Amino acid sequence: MMALPLPGLTAATGLLTELSQMFDQPFLRAAFIAGTCIALAAGLVGYVVVLRGQVFSGDALSHVAFTGALAALAFGVDLRLGLYGGCVAFAIVMAALGRRANADDTVIGSVFAWILGLGALFLSIFTTTQSGTGASGGNAGVNVLFGSILGLSTGQALVDGAVALAVVAAFTVIGRPLVFASLDETVATARGVPVRLVGYVFFILLGVTVGVATQAVGALLLLGLLAAPAGASQRLSSRPFVALWLSAALAVFSMWAGLTLAYLAPKMPPSFGILAVATGVYLATVAVPGVLAVVSRR
Amino acid sequence: MPIATPGTPGDGPGVTMAVGIDLHQMFGLHFMVNAYRAGTIVAVVAGAVGWFMVLRRQSFAGHTLAVVSFPGAAGAVWLGLSATVGYFAGSIAAAVVIALVPRSSSGRAHSQESAVIGTVQAFALACGVLFVSLYGGFLDGVTGPLFGTFLGISDGQVVTLGAAAVVVLAVLAALGRPLFFATVDADVAGGRRVPVRGLSVAFLLLLGCTAAEVSQITGALLVFALLVMPAAAAQQLTARPAVSFLVTIGLAVAVTWLSLGAAFFSVYPVGFYVSTFGFTVYVAAAGWRALSERMQARPPRRSPAPSAPPSGAPSGLTAGA
Repeated sequence: MMALPLPGLTAATGLLTELSQMFDQPFLRAAFIAGTCIALAAGLVGYVVVLRGQVFSGDALSHVAFTGALAALAFGVDLRLGLYGGCVAFAIVMAALGRRANADDTVIGSVFAWILGLGALFLSIFTTTQSGTGASGGNAGVNVLFGSILGLSTGQALVDGAVALAVVAAFTVIGRPLVFASLDETVATARGVPVRLVGYVFFILLGVTVGVATQAVGALLLLGLLAAPAGASQRLSSRPFVALWLSAALAVFSMWAGLTLAYLAPKMPPSFGILAVATGVYLATVAVPGVLAVVSRR
Repeated sequence: MPIATPGTPGDGPGVTMAVGIDLHQMFGLHFMVNAYRAGTIVAVVAGAVGWFMVLRRQSFAGHTLAVVSFPGAAGAVWLGLSATVGYFAGSIAAAVVIALVPRSSSGRAHSQESAVIGTVQAFALACGVLFVSLYGGFLDGVTGPLFGTFLGISDGQVVTLGAAAVVVLAVLAALGRPLFFATVDADVAGGRRVPVRGLSVAFLLLLGCTAAEVSQITGALLVFALLVMPAAAAQQLTARPAVSFLVTIGLAVAVTWLSLGAAFFSVYPVGFYVSTFGFTVYVAAAGWRALSERMQARPPRRSPAPSAPPSGAPSGLTAGA
């Protein structure tokens, strides 16, 4: 069949050629490699976070990620040392606190607010001591807060991707007992599931995920990548294992679509694109069933 | 901690031995006078509303409302409006949304609710980043609204803060008694025809206004420090509501004054000082309470043991939890 010269079609083919050239850019290839793995890990871990009603612990860990990374920068160490060290250490503390760590507890809240204040201190130490090294010194703080997925080198992207895939692999091993323990702790204990051990492993995985996601979407925004796909998939399916993998798929979709949007609109920060798609997907799962119900009633 | 090493250019004026002269110098600067005016107004409101917030266990809602003030401010600056307008618009709009969403505490609904809060917070911050990057300036545009700034508070901003504070405090004074009643025992208050649901919506709106005010001093991410820590400390110190209410306001004002002074004489952001001093006060209060409870629990065995001063209180933290 011959293509008709429609104006819409030319616009569409223009878009297609632009999209086909997208992967010629090495930084976008790196972003897609790292982003896909990170989104996969965040979608899986995030589903369990939402299932346990512990989105707050993701929020708390993201504060630690910020402070840990900037402390490492302020003391002149590799950023990832502080990032992963801080996140994993605090994840273990949160696991030890267990269900006592809830959002409206003033003790926990005060501790994490203070940690964030320390992060502000390290940010200012870092920016004042490193100001001689040019613009990259000052931007590092902003990158930790809001991510710099387009700034990853191919080597960094491969390392981040490998870390995220390790989380995914560990998750496939403990996924079944973990979901079981999260759904009904008492029954799981009675059936011989090592609930405490599974809880610790889960929090360590959450810590590593927060650490790796901080480099992609930033400490302040990774909460959305944990919560939005998981919340959406929970609305779409009540079967835990379907919802689990659906959550991972939605996270990867948000990542791909967000990166593509950021490529097409260069003024848009990529983190915003990713978060906007993820939020849009969640809103769609809330709105579409309601609209369908109204339509089918007519 | 090095306070303003003299060698670094672009520091504050530095602390000398003559504190009086330093203070005189500080208050000779108009922007510092404005910072203290604004800080005092904000601290009084934060103390009063924060006291109720801690009592009502809504501190996470307060955090969310404050976070949303950041895109509000960034969006307002991008559109060429005053940041103050943006802070209030963002927080109050979020308060309305939270008030409209029905609260439920059953298992599945609870986990959905936490997903909603997480998504809303992250999306709000992402919008803030978008506005800041559309506006152009990046580093200063981000750290000021997030971690607090006290520079360049105009006379007009002080008047706006003051007017909003008067409104919030007046409404709080009018609602205070029924709100306290509804908070302490919602069932009995409902039985006595106290409009519990209406009060809860009204309080969220007050909380939105307060979060917007506090954000302008401590930054959107550190509102918790001024809203929660003084109230939590005061409730450790005394069980009598009226006393702890006044102590809360006193602590909030003291923390703010100290922080503004410390930030003026050093290079570090004011939000760091507010959260550190607030946290110190809270830890000290929790330690003092743990100590006094221990001494009351077993007085007759021997004379009171020589024990650590209240500041060394990591054990008090767990005891107070």
